[in-house]
Amino acid sequence: MNILPLLILCSLSLGLVFLAVFFWWVKSGQHEDLVTPGMRVLFDDMPHETMNEQTKEMTSIEPKPQTTTHE
Amino acid sequence: MNKETFFYDNRIVRAFAWATLLWGAVGMLVGLIVSMQLFLPELNFASWHTFGRLRPLHTNAVIFAFVGNAIFTGVYYSLQRLLKARMFSDVLSRVHFWGWQLIIVSAALTLPLGISTSKEYAELEWPIDIAITLIWVVFGLNMFGTILKRREKHIYVGIWFYIATWVTVAMLHIVNSFELPVSFLKSYSVYAGVQDALVQWWYGHNAVAFFLTTPFLGLMYYFMPKMANRPVYSYKLSIIHFWSLIFIYIWAGPHHLLYSSLPDWAQTLGVVFSIMLIAPSWGGMLNGLLTLRGAWDKVREDALLKFIVVGLVAYGMATFEGPLLSLKNVNAIAHFTDWVVAHVHVGGLGWNGFLTFAILYWIIPRMWQTKLYSNRLANMHFWIATLGILFYAVPMYFSGFSQGFMWKEFDADGNLKYNFLETVERIKFLYVLRSFGGLLYLSGVFVMVYNIMKTVKQGSFLANEPAEAYPLKAAETAEDHGKPAYWHKWIESRPMTMLVFSLILVSLGGLVQLVPMIFVKEQVKTISSIKPYAPLELEGRDIYIREGCNNCHSQLVRPFRSETKRYGEYSKSGEYVYDHPFLWGSKRTGPDLVRGGEPGGKVNRGAAWHYAHMMNPRVTSPGSIMPAYPWLAEQELDLSLLEKKISAMRTLGVPYAPGYEKEAAADLKKQAEEIAGTLKKDGYKVKPNSEMLALIAYLHKLGRDLKPAEAAASTQQ
Repeated sequence: MNILPLLILCSLSLGLVFLAVFFWWVKSGQHEDLVTPGMRVLFDDMPHETMNEQTKEMTSIEPKPQTTTHE
Repeated sequence: MNKETFFYDNRIVRAFAWATLLWGAVGMLVGLIVSMQLFLPELNFASWHTFGRLRPLHTNAVIFAFVGNAIFTGVYYSLQRLLKARMFSDVLSRVHFWGWQLIIVSAALTLPLGISTSKEYAELEWPIDIAITLIWVVFGLNMFGTILKRREKHIYVGIWFYIATWVTVAMLHIVNSFELPVSFLKSYSVYAGVQDALVQWWYGHNAVAFFLTTPFLGLMYYFMPKMANRPVYSYKLSIIHFWSLIFIYIWAGPHHLLYSSLPDWAQTLGVVFSIMLIAPSWGGMLNGLLTLRGAWDKVREDALLKFIVVGLVAYGMATFEGPLLSLKNVNAIAHFTDWVVAHVHVGGLGWNGFLTFAILYWIIPRMWQTKLYSNRLANMHFWIATLGILFYAVPMYFSGFSQGFMWKEFDADGNLKYNFLETVERIKFLYVLRSFGGLLYLSGVFVMVYNIMKTVKQGSFLANEPAEAYPLKAAETAEDHGKPAYWHKWIESRPMTMLVFSLILVSLGGLVQLVPMIFVKEQVKTISSIKPYAPLELEGRDIYIREGCNNCHSQLVRPFRSETKRYGEYSKSGEYVYDHPFLWGSKRTGPDLVRGGEPGGKVNRGAAWHYAHMMNPRVTSPGSIMPAYPWLAEQELDLSLLEKKISAMRTLGVPYAPGYEKEAAADLKKQAEEIAGTLKKDGYKVKPNSEMLALIAYLHKLGRDLKPAEAAASTQQ
C-alpha cells in the first residue's frame, strides 16, 4: 500500500495549506467582525439613478408592500 | 477619496446560465434514457446507445456540465458583487466558458464511442484531462485575480468556499488522472488494483465534497440571504462551518471501500471521519434554515425560497445518510445496491438541482431588469420537481433494501434463497416508477425554461451593470500606512502575461508525474500464482472497459458468507496487482464477475454460454436486463496498439518478459483459435479474430489463477 503515504501527504499538505490560510486570515482581521459582513451582502452597489423602476423595487432593502407578479 | 464607478460583467453570467439550462436538460434526458434501459433492454439498440456507455455520459453531463456550469454561473455573478469588482479579465472569462463547453462536447462525443478510462466520474481520457486542468487554472487565475483587485476588504464566507473548491478539485483531479498514454485516446492508470481503487475513491468522494458540496454552500451563503432579504443566521457559525467542513471531508474517502481488500485501519479511518462530518454538514444546513427565522411566511408565496428550503433539507438528509452508509454494518447491506443510487439522487436532484433552479430564477430577472414572468409557474415547477424526487427516491430505497436483503437471505438448509435473476425480477417495477420520477423532474426543467424565456423576452439585458464603491487601496493605505505598494499590481495589469506564466508553471507541474511513479513501483501482498494478462485477455479487458461493463458488474467479493456462497472465494489485494485500472465497480445491477474463471467455480460459465449470453442475454437468462452485444461477434479485434499496450504495462511494472510485445500477437492468435475451437464444438461459428473471443478470454481469466495459490499460499510483503 505504497500509495497511502502519497494520499496522506496530499491530504495533509492540503490541510496545512488551509491551516496557514486560516492563521493568515485571523491575523489579517478577516474574522474580527462577525456581524456586519452578513448584513453588508444585502446591499447593492448600483447607483440609484441608473436603475429602472423594477430594479429599484427589487433591490430595495425596505420591506415593500406585497405585489403579485405577472401570471 | 472618491467613489469609483465600475461595471459588473453580466454577459459571462448569462453565457454560463444558458449552458446550465442546455446541459441540464441533456444530462437529465440521458439519465431518463438509461433508467428506462434498466427495464426495457431493447432500448440498448446500438453500441453507442448501451447502458454501459451512456451511464458515464449521464453522470458526467449532470455533474460537470449541468452542476459545473451552474457553479460558474453563481460564482461569476456573486464573486463580482461580493468583491465589488468586475471579473479580473474578460478574456479569461471567455476562455473559461468556451474551454469548459468544448470539454463537455468532447465528453459527449468520446463516452458513447466507448473511449473511457473506466474510473467513475473520471472516465474522460487523458487529452481531455489535460484540457480540464488548463481550463481549471484559467478559472483560478480569473478568480484570484478578481480577489486581488477587489474593493471590499473582507472576503465573504461564500468566497472561502469557492477558494477551497478550486484548490481541492485541482489537486484531486491531477492525482487521480495519472495515466500512461498508449495512444491519443487510450491510456492506463499508473496505479494498479487496490491502490488504484483507493486513489479513485479518494477522488470520487472528494469530488462529491468539493464539486457538489462546497461550491453550493458558498452559493447558498450568498444567494439565500439575498433571496430572503435578511442576513445569514450566524456569520460566526458560517466560519466554524467552513473550517471544520474542509478539514474533515478529505479523510472520509475510504468509506467507499469497506470490506474490500483495503487495509482495515484505512477503512476505519474513513468511517470515523465520515461520522464526524455530520456536525459541520448539519451546522451548515441549520445556518441556512435558521436564516429564515421569522420569515417563514415568505416561503408560502415565494417559489425560490421553497426550492432553497427543500434543497437544504435534501442536503441535510443526504449528509446524515452518508455517515450512516459509511457504518460497516449498514454498508454491508447497502453497498452495490440501489440504496446508493437513491442517496446520490436525493443530494443531486434535491440539493444541487434545487439550488441551481432558485439561483437561475433569481439572477435572470435581475440581469434583465424585470420580474420573473410567472411566480405561479415557478411554484408549479417546484411541486413537479419535488414529486419527481419522491417518485425517484422512494422506489430506489425499496429497490436497494430488497436487493441488499435478498442477496443475503438463506433458506432453512443454509443455501441462498434467491438466485441473482430473482432479485432483478423483484425490483423491475420499481425501476419503472423511478423513471416516472425522473420524467417529472425533467418536465419541471422545461417549465422553468419556458418561464425564463418569457422573462427574458419581457426584460432588457444589462450587459454591463454599473456599480459604485470606494477603492480598497485608498482605504487600506489609510489604515496600515507605510506598507510598500502591492506586488501584485504588476500582474493585475497583465492578465495575458499571467496566463502564460501560469501555463509554464502547470507544465512544470507535469514533472510531478515522477512522484507517483516512485510510489507505485511496489509489490502489495503478491500471490505467486497470479499471472499477468495474456495478450488476448488484455485486449478483452479493454473491450470490457470500452463497453462499460464495470457500470453494472462488480469485481470484488466481500468476505460474507452470502457472497462467498454465491460467487466463491472472497477477494484479496494480491489478485489485482496487474489491474491498470482496477475494475471493482460500485454497483451490482448484474452479478459479480471476479470468480468467472475460477476452475470449477460457482459462476464459471463455458465459452458457449458466454457467446449465447452476449448475443442475447434473455436466451440464457430469462428476465435479464442486460443489453445484447451482437456486434462483439461481428467486429474484428483491433491489434494495432497491442505492442504498445504490452510495453506500457511493462513500464507500469507488469512483468512481461523483455521483447514479449513482439511475440504477443502470435500468442493472442493461438488463444483465440482455442476458444473459437471450443465454440465450434458447441455449434457456434465465430470469426477467429472477433472481439467476442477476447472478452470471453478475459472473463475466463478472472479468478483463474487464484486456486493454485491456495495450495502453495506464498504471500510476501
